[in-house]
Amino acid sequence: MFEAWCGFEAGPWTDAIDVRDFIRRNYTPYLGDARFLEGPTGATQELWRQVRELMRVEREKGVLDVDTVVPSGITSHAPGYIDRDLERIVGLQTEKPLKRAILPFGGIRTVKDSLEAYGYTLDPRTEEVFTLWRKTHNDGVFDAYTPEMRAARSAGIITGLPDAYGRGRIIGDYRRVPLYGVDFLIARKECERDTLDTPEMTDEIIRLREELSEQVHSLNELKRMAAGYGFDISKPAATAQEAVQWLYFGYLAAIKEQNGAAMSLGRVTTFLDIYFERDLAEGRLTESEAQEIIDQFVMKLRMVRFLRPPAYNELFSGDPTWVTEALAGMGLDGRPLVTRTTFRMLHTLYNLGPAPEPNLTVLWSQDLPDSFKRYCARVSIEKSAIQYENDDLMRLTFGDDYGIACCVSAMKIGKQMQFFGARANLAKALLYAINGGRDEVTGKQVGPKLPPIEGEYLEEATVRERFEEITDWLANLYVKTLNVIHYMHDRYCYERMEMALHDRDITRFFATGIAGLSVVADALSAIRYARVRPIRNEAGLAVEFDIEGDFPRYGNDDDRADALAVELVENFMEKLRRQKTYRNAVPTLSVLTITSNVVYGKMTGSTPDGRKRGEAFAPGANPMHGRDTRGAVASMRSVAKLPYEDAQDGISYTFSIVPPALGRTACDRERNLTALLDGYTRCGGHHINVNVFDRATLLHAMDHPEEYPQLTVRVSGYAVNWNKLTREQQREVIRRTFHEAI
Amino acid sequence: MTPLPFADTEKTIAVPPQSADRPIERRGRIYGTESFGATDGPGIRFVVFMQGCPLRCRYCHNPDARILLRGDLRTVEDLMGEIRKEREFYEASDGGVTISGGEPLIQPEFVAELLRACRAEGIHTAVDTSGYADEERASIALKEADLVLLDLKTWDRKAHFRLTGVYPDRVHNLARYLAAIGKPVWLRFVLVPGLTDDPEDIETIARFAAGLGNVERVDVLPFHKMGEPKWERLGIPYTLKETPPPTPEQVASVVGIFRAHGLNAC
Repeated sequence: MFEAWCGFEAGPWTDAIDVRDFIRRNYTPYLGDARFLEGPTGATQELWRQVRELMRVEREKGVLDVDTVVPSGITSHAPGYIDRDLERIVGLQTEKPLKRAILPFGGIRTVKDSLEAYGYTLDPRTEEVFTLWRKTHNDGVFDAYTPEMRAARSAGIITGLPDAYGRGRIIGDYRRVPLYGVDFLIARKECERDTLDTPEMTDEIIRLREELSEQVHSLNELKRMAAGYGFDISKPAATAQEAVQWLYFGYLAAIKEQNGAAMSLGRVTTFLDIYFERDLAEGRLTESEAQEIIDQFVMKLRMVRFLRPPAYNELFSGDPTWVTEALAGMGLDGRPLVTRTTFRMLHTLYNLGPAPEPNLTVLWSQDLPDSFKRYCARVSIEKSAIQYENDDLMRLTFGDDYGIACCVSAMKIGKQMQFFGARANLAKALLYAINGGRDEVTGKQVGPKLPPIEGEYLEEATVRERFEEITDWLANLYVKTLNVIHYMHDRYCYERMEMALHDRDITRFFATGIAGLSVVADALSAIRYARVRPIRNEAGLAVEFDIEGDFPRYGNDDDRADALAVELVENFMEKLRRQKTYRNAVPTLSVLTITSNVVYGKMTGSTPDGRKRGEAFAPGANPMHGRDTRGAVASMRSVAKLPYEDAQDGISYTFSIVPPALGRTACDRERNLTALLDGYTRCGGHHINVNVFDRATLLHAMDHPEEYPQLTVRVSGYAVNWNKLTREQQREVIRRTFHEAI
Repeated sequence: MTPLPFADTEKTIAVPPQSADRPIERRGRIYGTESFGATDGPGIRFVVFMQGCPLRCRYCHNPDARILLRGDLRTVEDLMGEIRKEREFYEASDGGVTISGGEPLIQPEFVAELLRACRAEGIHTAVDTSGYADEERASIALKEADLVLLDLKTWDRKAHFRLTGVYPDRVHNLARYLAAIGKPVWLRFVLVPGLTDDPEDIETIARFAAGLGNVERVDVLPFHKMGEPKWERLGIPYTLKETPPPTPEQVASVVGIFRAHGLNAC
């Protein structure tokens, strides 16, 4: 037993790595309200003032500063501080706050382009190393891509592929660092490696042995990095302040090494609360000091920066890092995983003001304490900066110690990981079905050559038959493409730090996704219930559609249309399950577009649901804008029909409402929002973003961004700073999903 | 004062009585439904907007709901199919169904039947009415409701006529009737600057409301112009173009008047 564990109840966790067991035995559920919370300390306020000033300059310049020479690694840069005397939690990605580093292992081209876009030049020596001497993930992928993969990629039927940068979506169990100390973790990993010997030295075994050695290297580097800041993290953390600091070092090492598209934090809050409770009980800490540690930890998470090309930011709206932290949820023993620190974490939205990061995600259960539900509702109404996911649904599959990668992807922490795979554009696939596999925008033969659909009106049976063929082809090509990507990522850009904080034997998910679900559901409904006449251009491509008559639309709790959406999800998932995946990963599917629904829409011609060429898709699983005419509950019920068992990587729904439509008084609004979340959860909805805004505020903020430096809105699965959205995206957010009273 | 368009007399529109032995077939004229009502009674409510209204309120936000025959004909069972689906939401919020309009009490038989059907399934019910209805006919519906949301617009008879095209006597009688049968009532008062903001008039309403004894809550609703585009679409002149919404201070002061009479106003 370590001395640092004094006062903790022992159990299986003391002998083997088992963070869940530690939490279960030692945490204190909190059933009270928010009145105990404290405001920011003077040090926090001053520090935050300095950071905001740096962020203001950064907003003007695009990036504040970049190191164009040294590739980022765990120990690549000297320790950095904002204001050393004020910082309770230390550690920066480089030696200066908000100064970005380059991470070339994903792809040197992306690094070069990003630097040039902001007026910097890559150091020639570094460029030489990563061109002549060291191959990158991006180079590997393009060496192995087939012509068909390239064509599908550039046509935009498969999009957002992580083939030029870090794939992300892997959540290290950062809690292991403070709980066990790094030496214990190294010993475990060495033991795992040394016992890994078999009569045949297969490539699987060789790869795993090499990976485990890499993991050990990264843990040693982690210790060195912490030592640079004056901390010996070889042993477990003894206080709350140390626990937060140790844990943050683990996370910091991960982001110094990987610029993954999403770098979730996991589910650390209730774990950390155990340390806070112990310190508070022993009189070593006051509430104000506890809040200060959390505020300053969150401040660091808000400062996570990656160098990315402007095109990437356009796709994802701003500069997201998805530092997703999963809060609350229920334990399998029936106790809520809500603690005082859960409140403290949400309270940072008041102490520091709203912000998109960390991506605070409340795991909602009907059984959560009422006082906590009401507090969440209040935070949502006042700050719009949290998202909710159905713990009652996910707990059945993932237990009570899962986190959320990116926006909606659940994984058991330290036991499961995923190969992230962007998404297939189903709306385009439907057009390929109609146009014999030719792209409606370029006219190129991208898909298999099928006879184009002829005749004056689209006939359901024929369209469906062709759509089946196209999606068979698409599912196969999509998985093959991702296999290439993940093979190369493991080879050239392996996440050794994050994987060092996993068990050896893990489940890997193969996380695919679809875009354009509501477009295709409505299109199939139009073809079935109305008459759809394609208008063909001189090349014989259907480029417009004339719809005669009315048809039911997805999003109105009308089974005629909703069942079509359900069937699309089931069918595509079924096709994915038939494919051979890299490292035998388990295929999953998300209905999540982030904000790329705007970009995908741009690349897709007019569709038979009445959507015009270039028009944005609805985000995630949302109904198309303005087509859900029966109000929010009907819309939610439609979304909730999508089967989670066939979309286990998550189903995202974005809900925006003006405050008066939520109730007459502040109290009514809190109660009604709480009930709305309970109702959505009861009918099986998976995820919901809640925005409570005046349309007028958003319109005003479009023209006066300087007055709203911290305005945060939630879009498909994460929050963004309003000012970082493009004007087009801003308009799109305003147009869609605003529920107002009749 | 220009005459109001479509100003109806008190005899207006009534649905032809239907045979009582075919209750399940009875159809009502419906303007529309809303699956998420959060301002029409307690909790989350499914709102059925009935078509047809004898009033011609100048601030009306559903002017297209006035003419009865323009509504869709729907059966109780048809609506119940939609209503039942939302049970999770009523249960989570202590909400239910609100029948609004238009003016629901001009189709009292249909409304009564819909309310009975909801209550039979344990769903809380409310009727949102202007109160401008024949007491005897309206009573068949009102008796079935768990809660009545009743509008009191302005006390002054002439002002009331100018605002709504009708005199308020019936409304006051209906309010007294609801008090007599002990039906819980939430009063709704729309605050329109220049039209309903006379403190003395509000004082009279508050005194009347407090005397009734069955008023559980008073909602002071700030006038808004969300209905304006509908007037334009219908080609009816909108006379409140220049009227501003009340300020939060004005709303607070009116809330204060009601509270001073011991009413639970917000």
